[in-house]
Amino acid sequence: MATEVGPTPVKAPASGGTPIHHGPKGVGEDNQILSQGRWAAWLLAPTIIALAIVIVYPIISAIVMSFQKDAGLDPATGLFTAGGPAGVQNYVNWIAQQCAAPAGGTVACPPGTLGAQFWSATATTFFFTVVTVALETALGFWMAMIMARTFKGRSLVRAAVLVPWAIPTAVTAKLWFFIFAFEGIANKLFNTTILWTGSEWPAKWAVIIADVWKTTPFMALLILAGLQMIPAEVYEAAKVDGASAWQRFRMITLPLVKPALMVAVLFRTLDALRMFDLPYILTGGANNTTTLSILVINQIRQGFNSAAALSTITFIIIFLVAFIFVRFLGANVVEQSGATGKGKK
Amino acid sequence: MTAATTELRAQQDRGRKAAQNREKWAQGRTYISAAVVLIWCLAPAYWMVVTAFRDVGFTYDTSILPTHVTLDNFNTAFDTSFGNRFGQALLNSVFIGGVVTLVSLVIGVFAAYALARLNFRFKYMVLGFILGASMFPGVALITPLFQLFTNIGWMGTYQALIIPNISFVLPLTVYTMTSFFREMPWELEESARVDGCTQGQAFRKVIMPLAAPAIFTTAILAFISSWNEFLIASQLSSDATQPVTVAIANFAGAQPNQIPYTAIMAAGTIVTIPLVILVLVFQRKIVAGLTAGAVK
Repeated sequence: MATEVGPTPVKAPASGGTPIHHGPKGVGEDNQILSQGRWAAWLLAPTIIALAIVIVYPIISAIVMSFQKDAGLDPATGLFTAGGPAGVQNYVNWIAQQCAAPAGGTVACPPGTLGAQFWSATATTFFFTVVTVALETALGFWMAMIMARTFKGRSLVRAAVLVPWAIPTAVTAKLWFFIFAFEGIANKLFNTTILWTGSEWPAKWAVIIADVWKTTPFMALLILAGLQMIPAEVYEAAKVDGASAWQRFRMITLPLVKPALMVAVLFRTLDALRMFDLPYILTGGANNTTTLSILVINQIRQGFNSAAALSTITFIIIFLVAFIFVRFLGANVVEQSGATGKGKK
Repeated sequence: MTAATTELRAQQDRGRKAAQNREKWAQGRTYISAAVVLIWCLAPAYWMVVTAFRDVGFTYDTSILPTHVTLDNFNTAFDTSFGNRFGQALLNSVFIGGVVTLVSLVIGVFAAYALARLNFRFKYMVLGFILGASMFPGVALITPLFQLFTNIGWMGTYQALIIPNISFVLPLTVYTMTSFFREMPWELEESARVDGCTQGQAFRKVIMPLAAPAIFTTAILAFISSWNEFLIASQLSSDATQPVTVAIANFAGAQPNQIPYTAIMAAGTIVTIPLVILVLVFQRKIVAGLTAGAVK
């Protein structure tokens, strides 16, 4: 211990007396990392094994399934056909919107079938994602700026934003379904007679409004946490130097809150791309509100392997978006959350 | 007093007044904005509660204040004669959420400790993997699980609902607890040792009490996310094991064409109120847990 100059030389509990140090690189550092590594491996093993069982195994088996033919009745002969390797046929079918033809081979899927909905579902998913995340970011930023100010009743506002967040999405969907009912309060308040869940654009906006209501608080709280990291002195110095409110916002608030903002936008984007509960309950996926997740669920009972191919496509899309965020837009999630430094906070 | 100084005084006064006015105006705007936020967040939830207490004959009554107040809807919510099993679903959700939370905490606490306190290679890879897991789309898991559980006869069982839930609750647990643990004053443990505590005593008497709030908050967040799960439950549960989210989504009325809105709102209120109370009581800690990791 005498050679240690680290600020927090500590012992791990129940480590059987193995000294574990947090300190700058020094004599014996490699040995420490080695022993900490072994200790860490034991501690992490249960989590890694559990996640391997509940995530990695299903993913691999989904990928394996996606290259298999779905067993079922052959539309041409009416006979049961067994599955078998399908190559990339399932993927091709989704992307080219092809269905098995009665005469063998494939034809373009007839309108209305699940196979004909891939691109519209993809477009709907991205439309929902872009619109909801943009609205939530703008509204969330505005809410966060308000909650960052000091005024009487601030804690009340901070408590109130947690209410939409705490309500389960399934309940949220039913609640907005009722609000948007033909004789419901929305039509009454705005003096309209819109059949909200009955046609395409009102149905889309119903989903968007409900989603924005439910998830803006999360966004606002993440941005607020970022705002509170900015020291007040910075603003005061800028004020003394004569910076206007807009300049202070653009030159101080935005750049300093950007890391937290990017993480919040990334989280919300990935969440919106897998949107399921809200449109599934609110509109049943009707009127072009079917997202990719809903399409997968509808496909499951018509053929596992084809559904597995679609879910793999969905997964790849989400993965690519996450990659673009982290790689090109600087949403550094791991360093944001993982930076312990060496011994210092 | 010369004219010049009087003039200066007056100018200063005017300036001060203008500044005060600006301040007042800014304060006023803050209050208006805050009121808008309050109404936007609370009005729909308020509407749910008001409707829950409104007589079913006046379902579409749009008066803002409670009218035709009754408790009937709560009875209807628990009524099983139309095939609804809301009471059973509540128990199912508590059971599933409880088991998922317990398992995730017990497993996750070790991982969080390692990630927060130890230096080792691949640390960022492990963190990235766990974060990625928490963002994982549920639909990517459901197809193989659907097939697997069908093959081994697990469809509609509790374990078929609990195991997939762990896939997103466990990463969340590890992630949140790691951020909490990183904030803890671990030096105190060493101080306790210096003051003559044994290692076990230091852990029990110093570390445990400090870690308890963090673990408790994480437990609340884990329970809420399990309680809110719908996608997997809607596909893998049976009438006997369905959680509340599925029960509410499928809530049936006396007539097939008539949606029993007031009873659904009553059910929604029952499902929501405990969560809202929990969240408001532990507001500070929960916000810290939610935002942990996004900043710092």
